[in-house]
Amino acid sequence: MRNADCGMISDLTLRDPHSAFRISLFDYLLRLADSCLILSQRLGEWCGRGPALEEDLALTNVALDLNGQAQLWLEYASQIEGKGRTEDQLAFLRDAHEFRNLLLVEQANGDFAVTITRQFYFDLWHSLLLQELLHSSDQRICGISEKALKEVQYHLRRSAGWVARLGDGTEESHTRMQRAAKELWQFTGELFEIDAVDEAMVQQKIGPDPRTLQSPWMDRVKSTFTEATLAWPDAGWMQRGGKCGIHTERLGYLLAEMQFLQRAYPGAQW
Amino acid sequence: MPATSPTLDQIWNWLAAVVDPEIPVISVVDLGIVRKLNWCEDQGEPKLIVTITPTYSGCPATAVIKRDIVTALGERGITNVQIETRLAPAWTTDWLSEQGKRCLREYGIAPPQRSGCSGSYAENEAAIECPRCGSKNTRVVSQFGSTPCKAFYVCDACREPFDYFKCH
Repeated sequence: MRNADCGMISDLTLRDPHSAFRISLFDYLLRLADSCLILSQRLGEWCGRGPALEEDLALTNVALDLNGQAQLWLEYASQIEGKGRTEDQLAFLRDAHEFRNLLLVEQANGDFAVTITRQFYFDLWHSLLLQELLHSSDQRICGISEKALKEVQYHLRRSAGWVARLGDGTEESHTRMQRAAKELWQFTGELFEIDAVDEAMVQQKIGPDPRTLQSPWMDRVKSTFTEATLAWPDAGWMQRGGKCGIHTERLGYLLAEMQFLQRAYPGAQW
Repeated sequence: MPATSPTLDQIWNWLAAVVDPEIPVISVVDLGIVRKLNWCEDQGEPKLIVTITPTYSGCPATAVIKRDIVTALGERGITNVQIETRLAPAWTTDWLSEQGKRCLREYGIAPPQRSGCSGSYAENEAAIECPRCGSKNTRVVSQFGSTPCKAFYVCDACREPFDYFKCH
């Protein structure tokens, strides 16, 4: 049990709903939640269309884990916001500019190579981040991270395994993987950028400096790509903006589908 | 409410009859989901607090399990029940009871074969014992099976496919 490391944020910091720290924490929790939620929705699009039955099950099982994690983060975000918005309302009634997910996870599924490469880039970053969050000064964040990390390490095992097999597979699979690795590379810079919200979290020992995750991430990508006989993607222009609500046009279409029911029938329940 | 509150031992026994909705041969107690029971006082009335730890974050069975626990207790006359969800420490297959593992094997699901806390659960698991013929000549077909907690294996000795309750 790792919780012995975790202290509590002082009640004082949280008592004022308008405190700058509280607003930053809300934003930070939305970032954690939204990347899980949006990737879950993307993976769910594979349901019934997987290249093999086993893959169909795997993709949707990963989607299910991420959906559960998003729910845990949104529950906490809802309490921190303290305005009576539930986790469902946060998921289904925010518009694109209010979403804080990484640009990487909203990208279209493309072929299986794109889906797997996107998953590998994300899983690796996600597992490194959660490992750091185990030592957060916020006990609730420690608890959710401990639970999520077990699932995410399993996701990483699968996505890294596929990158190696497909990269070092047939000529066709190699070409597709190489293309996917390069296409998605422009969305990986954002994973390691720091802004005012991250700085506030670092200061309160809530979360890590995202820049510290970059070197272990690069090392593992390098070793996996070497195993997969994939060339290192050319460094070029890095896209940014997801963390502060500036998204690619793809997110709007995704939300239109995900939020349709609650928009058309507000408050509908099972 | 019953005139005198049932003992916690008695309640543990009752909950040992509440089965997992997706693997109906193992109880929520043997799965290690029910962590703690205690009575407290709620406006002069006794109230039972049931602390549970869910298995996987997105497992849809969790909601059904909560409902089944409340229903089972209600049938025994305990209507003032509060279910508390505790995430940490995170659920692990180490909490499965020996009785639970035996039930899984008899049902055709290979139980987890080593500690989930060893830190190596991210590595592939090999030589899982086939629950039908006992051979270790088995291989993984898919890391994900019919529920989040299982992987899909096949036995190369008896040729039967089987589910493996993976270490977590």
